[in-house]
Amino acid sequence: MSTTLLKAGSNLERILSDGRFGVTGECGPPKNADGGVIEEKAKILKGYVDAVNVTDNQTAVVRTCSLVASHIAQLNGVEAVMQMTCRDRNRLAMQADILGAVALGVRNILCLTGDHISFGNHPKAKGVHDLDSMALIRMFKAMRDERRFECGEEIDSAVPLYIGCAENPFGDPLEFRALRLKKKVEAGADFVQTQSIFNIPRFKAWMEEVRALGLHQEVKILAGVTPIKSAGMVTYMGRSVPGMDVPQEIIDRIAAKEKGEPQREEGKRLAVEMIKELAEVEGVAGVHVMAIEWESAIPEIVETAGLMPRPAVT
Amino acid sequence: MITADRKPFEDIYSMTEGYDSVLVAGCDTCVAICLSGGEKEAEILASEISIKAKQEGRELTVEHTAAIRQCEWEYLDTIADTVGGFPLVLSMACGIGIQSMAEKFAPKVVMPAVDTNMLGMPQEHAVWLERCIACGDCMIGLTAGICPVVRCSKSLMNGPCGGAHDGLCEVVGRNGEPIECAWVLIWERLKAQGREELMFQYRPPKDWSKSSSGGPRKMVREDARPV
Repeated sequence: MSTTLLKAGSNLERILSDGRFGVTGECGPPKNADGGVIEEKAKILKGYVDAVNVTDNQTAVVRTCSLVASHIAQLNGVEAVMQMTCRDRNRLAMQADILGAVALGVRNILCLTGDHISFGNHPKAKGVHDLDSMALIRMFKAMRDERRFECGEEIDSAVPLYIGCAENPFGDPLEFRALRLKKKVEAGADFVQTQSIFNIPRFKAWMEEVRALGLHQEVKILAGVTPIKSAGMVTYMGRSVPGMDVPQEIIDRIAAKEKGEPQREEGKRLAVEMIKELAEVEGVAGVHVMAIEWESAIPEIVETAGLMPRPAVT
Repeated sequence: MITADRKPFEDIYSMTEGYDSVLVAGCDTCVAICLSGGEKEAEILASEISIKAKQEGRELTVEHTAAIRQCEWEYLDTIADTVGGFPLVLSMACGIGIQSMAEKFAPKVVMPAVDTNMLGMPQEHAVWLERCIACGDCMIGLTAGICPVVRCSKSLMNGPCGGAHDGLCEVVGRNGEPIECAWVLIWERLKAQGREELMFQYRPPKDWSKSSSGGPRKMVREDARPV
């Protein structure tokens, strides 16, 4: 397709706009100042994903900032999807960071509300929430399309951004979840990555609602897949991670294997099966593989799922 | 109403260090209703301080008083004579009352014996829930009479985040109690009103300059000012 139609010209945008099945991964920056950790993670993922999400103080725990970590990932050959939450910054800081990110060549941004501050390692901090994720999407869209700051003042440069959002098909109220995506699409989301999917029937029901609203034609939907490392991990996720829906049969399947390597192998097998099943769902444009602190699992999963080689786009 | 919680006794007692007399001043409006700082609570606190001082063999005169409202000059006049006789006042009023006392009787030392915590209402006997943060820009006409600024843990304006489950917020209350998801409540009530389309509309970022972000606020009713 013609590059003039692209909003940001990122690798991810090109692949999804071409109608090719996209693959994104996830990389959590370290709780220290060692940029080498991000370099290592980028090297593992290079060539196996079209872009990698770089998390922003995920679970409200302080880490190397997503802006710098995104830059390091890009210097090491992996395009970043810079995550930004509304929890830690007000609208000034968010716009300042996005100008800096664009100046450094970051093109994909993911707009998030953010896990609540009480879950993290600084529960006494003041949660900002000046904007919500809906307003964040709108603000970046106006910066890109109208070259205007949130206050209305002009920006005298281009701000090329491919704007993403998250959606959880499993949160309450269920009947509002597809409508919430619609609201985000109207706000300006170009792509959406979903919460980790374990309950496939519920995801399919949500996708039906999404298709009924015609949203799959307006936004690129990447289905979230988290490879399970152990029965303990998935039990914890189902019980304690907000917005997760983990059916018992998934836990049982992993728990039936011996702890350690056999459970990890089963977790990878399950992830591959899920990717194949999700790829068949009408309107799913790609997968977002969130291997939490297990980036090394991604290449094998992507390979086994038949998603290699990743398209080279110019 | 404004609610407050009495500070831990040891913290309050340590405020009296170096003084030989202290007045505990209650307030008989909001903090009396929430059983934290009315005349009765002032009397109890005065007794506790007195007993503790006696146990320590310390010479300390402790008395108590109360005003109908510590936040209004006129009511402070009613306790002015009593206050005048003490070098230290432990006020059990909300933060507004404590400051009014400190200003009215400056430079007398006025210390807080309570922590003011919220604008809330008694949900049931002896249980209060936060309902307002005085943001200066009320939007609850659009949200079925439920304030998302204070009742959504993330102050979201455009519907729920992804963390609500079984109608409950992902955040657990300070005492381990569950918190209802404000947006689930809003959704259900809007549906009952046949106005759920209000949730589909975009709400722009809030104007926080009307809140405390704009600096201390002042309200003037010119039409009610003396000529």
